[in-house]
Amino acid sequence: MAKKVAFLQGNEAAAQGALYAGCNFFAGYPITPSTEVAEVMSAELPKVGGKFIQMEDEIGAMAAIIGGALAGSKTLTSTSGPGLSLKQELIGYACIAEIPCVIYNVMRGGPSTGMPTGPSQSDVMCAKWGTHGDHPAICLVPASVQETYEEVIRAFNLSEKYRTPVMVMPDEIVAHMRERIVFPEPGEVAVIERTVPTVQPEQYKPYDTSFGDVPPLAAFGSGYKFHVTGLNKMQDGFPTTKAAIVQAEEERQVRKVDGNVDDIVKYEEYLLDDAEIVVVAFGSTSRSARFAVNEARKQGIKAGLFRLITFWPFPEKQLLALSKKVKAFITPEMNLGMATGVVKGVVEGNAPVHGIFRVDGEPINPGQILDKMKEVK
Amino acid sequence: MAFDYEKYIRPGKLPHIWCPGCGHGIVMKGLIRAIDTVGLKKENTAIVSGIGCASRLPGYMDCCTLHTAHGRAAAFATGVKMAKPEMDVILVGGDGDGTAIGGNHFIHACRRNIDMTYIILNNKIYGMTGGQFSPATPTGAKASTTPYGNPDAAFDIAKLAIGAGATFVARGTAFHANQIDKLIAEAIQHKGFSVVEILDDCPTTYGRRNKFKSVIEMMNHLKEIAVPVKAAEKMSPEQLQGKVLTGVLYKEERPEYTDEYAKVIERAKGAK
Repeated sequence: MAKKVAFLQGNEAAAQGALYAGCNFFAGYPITPSTEVAEVMSAELPKVGGKFIQMEDEIGAMAAIIGGALAGSKTLTSTSGPGLSLKQELIGYACIAEIPCVIYNVMRGGPSTGMPTGPSQSDVMCAKWGTHGDHPAICLVPASVQETYEEVIRAFNLSEKYRTPVMVMPDEIVAHMRERIVFPEPGEVAVIERTVPTVQPEQYKPYDTSFGDVPPLAAFGSGYKFHVTGLNKMQDGFPTTKAAIVQAEEERQVRKVDGNVDDIVKYEEYLLDDAEIVVVAFGSTSRSARFAVNEARKQGIKAGLFRLITFWPFPEKQLLALSKKVKAFITPEMNLGMATGVVKGVVEGNAPVHGIFRVDGEPINPGQILDKMKEVK
Repeated sequence: MAFDYEKYIRPGKLPHIWCPGCGHGIVMKGLIRAIDTVGLKKENTAIVSGIGCASRLPGYMDCCTLHTAHGRAAAFATGVKMAKPEMDVILVGGDGDGTAIGGNHFIHACRRNIDMTYIILNNKIYGMTGGQFSPATPTGAKASTTPYGNPDAAFDIAKLAIGAGATFVARGTAFHANQIDKLIAEAIQHKGFSVVEILDDCPTTYGRRNKFKSVIEMMNHLKEIAVPVKAAEKMSPEQLQGKVLTGVLYKEERPEYTDEYAKVIERAKGAK
């Protein structure tokens, strides 16, 4: 039987991906350019018995998805730059309390209100460093409508698997463009559910590391009584200031991601085998980069593309290896050098890194990238 | 036979953090009696709080307890209740947590009339941080950040709740300990968003700056200013100067939020 296909916008695909992943709770607040996700969820969730709520503000929406997740739901919120700034307080809460949830953030111009309808890629640092304190960060950066659908499913899976919030961050171009999408059949893409406790309620501890770095999470109302706090906590969930426990717990929380980089990092290598000039790009910019690489090849320049699909954790190992055999990196991005700085740090001076930065609300076009290739080759 | 509070207290979690003379423990005992009266199941009861002295209360309770971020209890709790409407949800917090940083979540929970009970322990001060003035601090009062007297006007929290759409609003005091459980029990049994404001004392950070010589004096003050709603009906505006009304201040029946959302689900499933 032919697969179901549709012509969808990135934001609509994100909502469909969430539904495929079993999302049954959405809380949000209207914000351009991500509102379509909320609109689709408000229509689709109740059809399958799920819950949609429009909260009084961005912080409230983040709070509600954490509360919903703790009561056993698979939860999503959608937002954009200013909303992401507001949500940071409780993204940190979800990190320390280890509550799975997915934050879909469409990158628009910033800072502040910035350019609400213009594309940008300037929230990628906010995804890692936006909330205070040390914490794990997972951020996925799809480049097409199909990939947005798939990465939202993967975000839910990673969130449930590692018991931590996961961000999906398309830029505004990806979020609003329309493309053909092919839907997987039910069961075709694996859907991961959180591990729930099997111990008796009296024995349950919400942060019991005897089960490994990702302790099972019970749902409120499922027979287990336990405590959850945003304070540094012990294995039983109660606050502590004991140095050794705080140190161990903080390290474990970060290790959930840093210790599983190979499972989380996803990237695409395009024409890299003999490449001398490698473009490192993500989101819609990677589409311009692919076009530029193809043009460069026609003109005899040995160009290739390393496309980030996971932004955090960053594919450090892969880029370091690549840096030992290429002449130069080009890093086009719709910000003033966020990924460029990370790449520079990772490649340890093995190859020069040339950034191309745009923050004027216009996409980086292939010609700009091609010109830079000619300049540095 | 003496009431068995320990049935509802988490083993090993006492003593509590509250200062000698603080009324929060009196309110917690009232809440426990109310839970017992209504017959709530501990494993089906979520107690949610924000940040502050009062917000440490859930940790002592042997239920599903969620100590959230400053001011955010009502929004977290809304998520819990939406996801599991069959759970009983109780919020606990202070005046600063609930009406300053959490003011927006508070009024919107009132407006939605989502079935939860919010107990606000109003001691008129940010106690945990050392006594800064809150939205409930009276004009002219001294706090660590109002050394020349508070220039701000205070919220009437119960009126705020009524104005925002809460369908059950009551007020008690830490002095009137035997009334607390009755007000909370009625609030829990009310279908909709219920607010119980308990006027409380903070001898450590409020009393000592505002000429209260002892905890007893603070408690007596609560006794003196409290006027039951019924008694107030017979009093003149002059007689009511400086008094606060106690008891059930407001009650109405209005569609509850999770019930209304259940109808949304029915309509969506029928729409196709």
